[in-house]
Amino acid sequence: MLELRSVTAGYDRRAPVVRDVSLTVSAGEAVGLQGPSGCGKSTLARVAALLHRPDSGQVVLDGETARGWRHRAPRAQRTAFGVVFQQPRLSADPRLPLAELIAEPLRSNGRPTDGVRELAETVGLGADLLGRRPHEVSDGQLQRACLARALALRPRWLVCDEMTAMLDASTTAALVGVVEAYRRESGAGLLAVGHDRVLLERWCDRTVGWAELTSR
Amino acid sequence: MTPPTDSGSGPAGTVDGGTVLSVRDLSVRFRMRDGSYVRAVTEVSFDLAPGECLALVGESGCGKSVLASALLGLLPGNASVAGSALLGDDGLDLLAADERVLAREVRGRRAGLVPQSPAAHLTPVRTVRSQLTETVRELTGAAGPAGVRAAAARAAFPEDHLNRHPHQLSGGLAQRAATALALVGDAPLLLADEPTTGLDRDLVERTVDELRRHTSDHRALLLITHDLAAAGRIADRVAVMYAGRLVEITDAAGFFGAPGPRHPYARGLLNALPERDFTPIPGMPPELGALPPGCAFAARCDRASGACAAVPALVSGVACHHVEVAHA
Repeated sequence: MLELRSVTAGYDRRAPVVRDVSLTVSAGEAVGLQGPSGCGKSTLARVAALLHRPDSGQVVLDGETARGWRHRAPRAQRTAFGVVFQQPRLSADPRLPLAELIAEPLRSNGRPTDGVRELAETVGLGADLLGRRPHEVSDGQLQRACLARALALRPRWLVCDEMTAMLDASTTAALVGVVEAYRRESGAGLLAVGHDRVLLERWCDRTVGWAELTSR
Repeated sequence: MTPPTDSGSGPAGTVDGGTVLSVRDLSVRFRMRDGSYVRAVTEVSFDLAPGECLALVGESGCGKSVLASALLGLLPGNASVAGSALLGDDGLDLLAADERVLAREVRGRRAGLVPQSPAAHLTPVRTVRSQLTETVRELTGAAGPAGVRAAAARAAFPEDHLNRHPHQLSGGLAQRAATALALVGDAPLLLADEPTTGLDRDLVERTVDELRRHTSDHRALLLITHDLAAAGRIADRVAVMYAGRLVEITDAAGFFGAPGPRHPYARGLLNALPERDFTPIPGMPPELGALPPGCAFAARCDRASGACAAVPALVSGVACHHVEVAHA
């Protein structure tokens, strides 16, 4: 279970963008978090994935309170999350061929990288694309690689922050299908952040509106 | 510029008063380092009438954005372009015009661009106010804060954020800043390249409605988008692009309502929406550098047959061997 307890977070302590928000993702549950542009939902997603230190409040992973954020988070907690961001171009090192991009979490955790090809296949990337660098593939193909990277360490939770906002309808349906296939097989939980209520309601077990979260 | 001597293509040598943009057989290919070619756009033709909004839709990587770049002369050096794209009453060929003309007369003045990635489009080291001030001064000659405030308001950019730098804006606000910049020059042709990416539904509707409002009088809008809902909301006509070619171009009402799309790819794309079947089209689009000789969609199509070994012509607005068309 992933619990956010009374989280207040932002980029300026005097004006936090997230105020006293609590949210729980049960084991294996898919929770959609829906809100307008700029409301703070991405900040909350970053807190949940231990990528942003909240000003106050707690993140609790299966009963264990998170004590560190980003590189200071204990490895076991850090690697429990797979994160996919909105803009694949900004979240991919332009120097890395896709195979290296997907292998990066494995490599930095000292794990064997021989499963990259198989990972790429699960997201629909053929071997011919793995040698290319980000500028040589489309947004949709790059986001597929970013999803494969997020799945590489077989995380217990996936945090998808507007994963499909840049993508066309068919690629969106395909990537959601990949996430759901992984969750069925692994029992992983999901926090899907987005603004598209129709999509989130079709995708997730329950969808929470930002307004309901913050009005409590 | 004088009208082009000859582009060697199509019936439209000149543009009559009723067309803002007339594109004929536009093809763009990129020469790669190994001498091979990537055919990003192949023989695309369409007209844009004054006051009209044409939505160009398709999967990512199908050539939509390259088409927009070609129209503004923003392609990289290894691109070669064929065909013609005649703009406005004087029929200036955007594909033949030189960089001086494009820079001084076309971009921002006769053709405005709402870009795809505002974060990359805005100058990172300057505030939104500074960039808007410069654009307003250059394009309208007006100085002072009133013009800047009006320009920001047109794109619903909040005034209290004007002093922020691009990295201090959310994706949605950065998009609105870029939209505000594009609207300043009141250009007769507006190219919007994925203007609603990253915006929530309310803002998508406000942004496209604003773009639509901009198409009054003599202005035309080419809306390039993967957001079918946004396209359905404001488009008069829809053009579906696949692997660099237009496979269907039709009335928006019939496309989104009854009878629906006719091309199998267009049907699949619409059915992938979460409010419809939410099932992807199997496979991925072909590589533009290694297009099959026949119909590019055949490999993913459940109706593929021997006939698909030949490229289908665009007849009555649809390019598929399996669609019955009424020959006019």
